[in-house]
Amino acid sequence: MYKSWWKILGSVLVVYSTIAGFLFTVPPLPILHQSIRNLYFHVPMWFSMITLFSISVYHSVKYLRTNNEEDDLKSVQSINAGIVFGILGLVTGSVWARFTWGQAWSFDVKQNFAAIAMLLYFAYLVLRNAIDEEQKRAKISAIYNIFAFPMMVVLLFVLPRLSDSLHPGNGGNPGFNAYDLDSHMRMVFYPACAGWIMIGGWIYSILFRVASLEKKKLV
Amino acid sequence: MQLVKEVKFLIGKELLLEWRSKYALNGVILYVVSTVFVCFLSFRSLKGVTWNALFWIIMLFASINTVSKSFLQESKGRQLYIYTIASPLALIISKTIYNIFLMLLVTFIALGFYLLVFDYTPQDMGLYLLAVVLGSISFSTIFTMISAIASKAGNGGMLMAILSFPVVIPVIIMLIKLSKNAVDGLDRSVSLDEIATLVIINVLVAVFSLLLFPYLWRD
Repeated sequence: MYKSWWKILGSVLVVYSTIAGFLFTVPPLPILHQSIRNLYFHVPMWFSMITLFSISVYHSVKYLRTNNEEDDLKSVQSINAGIVFGILGLVTGSVWARFTWGQAWSFDVKQNFAAIAMLLYFAYLVLRNAIDEEQKRAKISAIYNIFAFPMMVVLLFVLPRLSDSLHPGNGGNPGFNAYDLDSHMRMVFYPACAGWIMIGGWIYSILFRVASLEKKKLV
Repeated sequence: MQLVKEVKFLIGKELLLEWRSKYALNGVILYVVSTVFVCFLSFRSLKGVTWNALFWIIMLFASINTVSKSFLQESKGRQLYIYTIASPLALIISKTIYNIFLMLLVTFIALGFYLLVFDYTPQDMGLYLLAVVLGSISFSTIFTMISAIASKAGNGGMLMAILSFPVVIPVIIMLIKLSKNAVDGLDRSVSLDEIATLVIINVLVAVFSLLLFPYLWRD
């Protein structure tokens, strides 16, 4: 029990944020209307993705220092879990864009750069497939992973600030804090982020355990 | 100072090898010139945005071909020999510097020919040249490291493109923005953001290459 408290907490938070996200009051806004509730699902996906990719880089660095196979397994499984969240982030984003900006793909900088950041990690998976020898694969993919991470940070956090975006908080649009005057949304948004990050960690730990069992030929 | 000596020696070696065969340089120059000519025959006349974008697309593919040679071309035996006599840092620094020289040469030849056939000059030629120089440097630093990774992974060309495109796209976007400002002859202070971002990306890539290459080198 003492080890699984965060899984229970994560599930409770996600269930709470889903129910509350659909039922609680939201500020009435033009264009956004009820679609503003997507904030509770779209944004936590990106936070979870970044967390998982950071975990992966941490394990890649550890792998280069120790050459322990387990670290390699951890880093690739956290990337697998992170990619799931990245795709969900893109999907929730394009559904939202469809109803507020008019098109699923509105040529928004953040949308484009997020898609490119996903390409980085798909390239990582292709690189892994290209190498047969296990230790070599672990080493080279760890190096590429560490090399790709700062580029992802640049893509997601630096470049969008340089040009106008349809997203709130960019190009003269006020951020969400400006709409959420009575802090109602924050009561759902923060728990949603924390909950999804924990669920992401849970998915990653399951993926890792399955992969390590497969490796030992126990499954 | 040992490092500086080694770097000088290795650059000398690259130049000597290139001078003996003249294969890479002549090949790349012919490649660039014929690509420009094909574009000229298909477009006849170009202006502004398209002129600028086309130039960077030509340079993107030319630079992949130029720089990917640096590691992919070397035979296993020769690599082993170099590794025994020089430090990994000296190797990556010398390769990067040599590639920067090569790219600058190729880019200026390409730009000269491009200006000649399309008979169109950007309004702010000075800024455009700065963009071209920054572009050559960025392409060289990024592609040198990626070609080292791709060469270790075993199968060259295809992997090189997959791994490098997501990393190089932010650079290309910044370059196109910067050179677009030059084409339109905007005030130079407008372009400071782009220049700063390019410099930051270059420094990031260079630092991570220097940190990671020693791990990649150990087989």
